[in-house]
Amino acid sequence: KMATEGGGCCLRPFSCEQGLLSRPDGSAAFLQGDTSVLVGLYGPAEVKVSKELPDRAALEVLLRPKVGLPGVIERSREQLLRRTCEAVVLGVLHPRTAITLVLQVLSDAGSLLSCCLNAACMGMLDAGLPLSSLFCGVTCAIDPNGVIVLDPTTQQEQVSPGVGYQ
Amino acid sequence: GSITTADGSALVKLGNTTVICGVKAELAAPAVDAANKGYIVPNVELPSLCSTRFRSGPPGEEAQAASQFIADVIENSQIIAKEDLCVANGKLAWVLYCDIICLDYDGNILDASAFALLAALKNVQLPSVTINEETGLSEVNLKQKNPLIIRKHPVATSFAIFDDTLLIVDPTAEEEDLATGTVTIVTDDEGRLCSVHKPGGSPLTGAKLQDCITRAVTRHKEVKKLIDKVIKSIKPK
Repeated sequence: KMATEGGGCCLRPFSCEQGLLSRPDGSAAFLQGDTSVLVGLYGPAEVKVSKELPDRAALEVLLRPKVGLPGVIERSREQLLRRTCEAVVLGVLHPRTAITLVLQVLSDAGSLLSCCLNAACMGMLDAGLPLSSLFCGVTCAIDPNGVIVLDPTTQQEQVSPGVGYQ
Repeated sequence: GSITTADGSALVKLGNTTVICGVKAELAAPAVDAANKGYIVPNVELPSLCSTRFRSGPPGEEAQAASQFIADVIENSQIIAKEDLCVANGKLAWVLYCDIICLDYDGNILDASAFALLAALKNVQLPSVTINEETGLSEVNLKQKNPLIIRKHPVATSFAIFDDTLLIVDPTAEEEDLATGTVTIVTDDEGRLCSVHKPGGSPLTGAKLQDCITRAVTRHKEVKKLIDKVIKSIKPK
């Protein structure tokens, strides 16, 4: 059985399931250890005239935390996800349309941002969107001894003086 | 010292981008789990005054992302030790509300906000507070003011990326719109890296990133000299 805590350069056991929701055009659930994120993708679909871009698809990302209303942290993560997806999605093939990604955090046990990034990528694959390349996310933390830990749990993240999202 | 009603303030102009930061200090009870720590609450506002791209109403994504970035810079760089903001352990601590408002948006808002925040915090004069032993109430002495102890001086440097071929430092709004990505590097006094903020965008090779970091370190020295010069030139009230 694999260890539940990622120590050293070892990632926690991760898994992914695609196509589990029936309404969205694409959906995926990504699990990294105990952290899991569910993503639903709608698009390319009708867009509001105010958000319309004449030469490419307009991408929108909504990140819902597990508890409470989305706050400032969710907004900054949404911006990061949106810009990452905009860089890979070939939006010029679908001008004047909207692509909406909705991510729901099911459980958070560390490395949440990289889990969201991986889920978004798998969701886009499931929806069949044209992509120029694939991307994935890995969280790195430096523990108090200066050793690099990959895919840290919440506990490891809290004690580390530096956490980086790749 | 641009805002006289604030405890500390600074106005920063990076080309056409104008950002003003005002710091207000209030007293509050510290959190139960961190009884000896005060609070620093940053808030970045991009009002519809600064550019046509922002409408009035609730803060947009860019303003919230910028607020989160500034909060991360404060947290990561340890610009102020929160223990210094404590007045009486478990009873009273300072809360610094840092409001960063953009007056003119011409790109590179993150650099300007970080710069304004640092300059404003250096300008802050906190009145001394004593706790009366008998009544248990706090007494604020407005005549006797002490400056804040600034431990580190983080400086942010932003670059606009164009398809992994071109890197432009300190992009204007036009350059930002055309860029395929941006990266912001925050360095502190000893040339160490505080944070790298790259919200998506086109990919960047490791070598290019290293190049950005070295340029950011050089820029840090210039910015620090400027801040010191301005602080010295302020006449005491």
